[in-house]
Amino acid sequence: MATQETEIRELMKRREYGAGFVTAIESETVPPGLSEDVIRLISAKKGEPEWLLEFRLKAYRRWLKMTAPQWAHVQYPPIDFQAISYYSQPKSHKAGPKSLDEVDPKLLETYKKLGIPLREQEMLAGVAVDVVFDSVSVATTFKKKLAEAGVIFCPISEAVQEHPELVRKYLGSVVPFGDNYYAALNTAVFTDGSFVFIPRGVRCPMELSTYFRINERNTGQFERTLIIAEEGSQVSYLEGCTAPQRDENQLHAAVVELVALDDAQIKYSTVQNWYPGDEQGRGGIYNFVTKRGDCRGARSKISWTQVETGSAITWKYPSCILRGDDSVGEFYSVALTNNRQQADTGTKMIHVGKNTRSTIVSKGISAGQGQQSYRGLVRVLETAANARNYTQCDSLLIGDRCGAHTFPYTEVRNPTAQLEHEATTSKIGEDQLYYCRARGISEEEAVSMIVNGFCKEVFKELPMEFAVEAGKLLAVSLEGAVG
Amino acid sequence: MLEIKNLHARVEGKDILKGLDFSVGAGQVHAIMGPNGSGKSTLAHVLAGREGYEVTEGSVRFDGQDLLALPPEERACLGVFLGFQYPVEIPGVSNLTLLKAALNARRKRNGQPEIDPADFLAWVRDRAKLVKIDPKMLSRGVNEGFSGGEKKRNEILQMLVLEPRLMILDETDSGLDIDALKIVSDGINAMRSPQRATLLVTHYQRLLDYVQPDRVHVLARGHIVRSGGPELARELEARGYGWLEAA
Repeated sequence: MATQETEIRELMKRREYGAGFVTAIESETVPPGLSEDVIRLISAKKGEPEWLLEFRLKAYRRWLKMTAPQWAHVQYPPIDFQAISYYSQPKSHKAGPKSLDEVDPKLLETYKKLGIPLREQEMLAGVAVDVVFDSVSVATTFKKKLAEAGVIFCPISEAVQEHPELVRKYLGSVVPFGDNYYAALNTAVFTDGSFVFIPRGVRCPMELSTYFRINERNTGQFERTLIIAEEGSQVSYLEGCTAPQRDENQLHAAVVELVALDDAQIKYSTVQNWYPGDEQGRGGIYNFVTKRGDCRGARSKISWTQVETGSAITWKYPSCILRGDDSVGEFYSVALTNNRQQADTGTKMIHVGKNTRSTIVSKGISAGQGQQSYRGLVRVLETAANARNYTQCDSLLIGDRCGAHTFPYTEVRNPTAQLEHEATTSKIGEDQLYYCRARGISEEEAVSMIVNGFCKEVFKELPMEFAVEAGKLLAVSLEGAVG
Repeated sequence: MLEIKNLHARVEGKDILKGLDFSVGAGQVHAIMGPNGSGKSTLAHVLAGREGYEVTEGSVRFDGQDLLALPPEERACLGVFLGFQYPVEIPGVSNLTLLKAALNARRKRNGQPEIDPADFLAWVRDRAKLVKIDPKMLSRGVNEGFSGGEKKRNEILQMLVLEPRLMILDETDSGLDIDALKIVSDGINAMRSPQRATLLVTHYQRLLDYVQPDRVHVLARGHIVRSGGPELARELEARGYGWLEAA
């Protein structure tokens, strides 16, 4: 039996990272270091209004007084924030492209390697893609078609120029500037990200999708996403993330804010495949992200779906504030940690309004020496009569050197609340693999089949084409591992 | 079809099989009987290729091919089927998913295209009727929440769907009530053909009332202590194993 363990370990060890290439493009990068001057420089480069600069500086001054959170079940050496460059933009894009034709062909080549041929997507898939390359959005497709529907989908820096009243009204209204250490840092130095506005009664005519990618060495990426769904509107948004292979660790501290007004629905899906580091744990992305949705209106709904296979360290809790009566929050998550990856992830559901409901389905897969923690908070305030929560938290272990931990927190201040919690931990046993093999199925295929079966409930929440992609991504992440 | 020569096997450093010799011809059914701990299940797993079951001496040939050199999945694709004594649960993976993957693995190996989904479904449903398995159960997780009897019937269903050439059934009769035993036996008999061979590993005579063996081998402490016709099974039923173990 020991041989079997060793073999699984051996198999799990190798994991090819298909997106680990660097694009040779000259970029304009601000020297490493963080100060008020750097923030002023970023703001000036982007031609920002005074209020936004003030907002950044306020966040920076708060951040200086804060300390990095220590409570997460992850371990890493302290980050030297002065060694990071806070702004990088490809030189050839200073003026900003008007159309895809103006985009550096090398960039387009990069996206092709990532499997997102923009032109093909434009023509075939009907997916509008806002691509963020390092700090500047280089291509936005389908803008016109969306504009006809009244939908605004553009880089946030553009929104600052074109729709300052909307940005000013909503930016920081869900994640305040001093919310937490990394959110404060993001607020101070964010360079780009997406802005989405769906007007009253509009159902967004297509899936919106953004691929983020960190290219420049030693640059942190601090993107900022703001999605506003007005009364009765609906939108489905997908972000995909990859980063090149490097020996150093890179910091990614994003903030995502969602606002849903009365009867609005936002579905936010993430397929995250940041570079996870090598098998010794060298390199890889530190993914310290604040994602929060505000169900501000009655009967509104916000649904987070995430498939996370990358990053060296993940610290992330997409949350919902269920402020409106009868509002609904959902969190569906698949997280895979392999080799030395660490993840402390989960969600927060804050019930404020009456008859608010939330569902949490978390599936954690640990392989190699991966360490994974689910950390979830369900808080029911005095005002939230008849609140309901269902939490299901399942862990799957592959091999015997990985770990799964669950930290559920509940705070209930209204006696009419009903909370259900289920948790399971299982292991892909050698008996299961043997059983499959005795039926003619290879070990690799068996692992992939079992893992996909385990994740089924979450995959079915993803938009169809991405569910297939997610299934494949998981298979690939484990394939290198099992082949 | 199956030739076993001087087979020695060790599990966790302990010698379990100590020189087995017998052959099963095409069209034949052989029963392996014996007391607990005699090595019956070890033999079944050695034939299927379980990791950790180390063959220290001897050979096993299947259609002239060296079976022991192949990993379990290749043996299965050649037509070796092991019906498990303790079928394994695989939550979240439906019976249909497993069966389809298993069928397509065989087809791939034989250079055939994947099976048409509609043909597949029709085939599985047809086979399920033979073992009285409700089509609804096919969409449930593999053996997930199945009763002991359902698990055994599910093993027989898999066998009927995959149509192996060598069927090794490890105590498939244990824990079955009389109705389930009848269903399982019908399934096994439905598979009997001049092209197939069957190895029934069992503790009791009662399965053999329904599935007539051609030969019976009694295993004790890693050796075949006696071989004979069907009458040997009845003798064992009457006298127990003690007289043979002492021999």
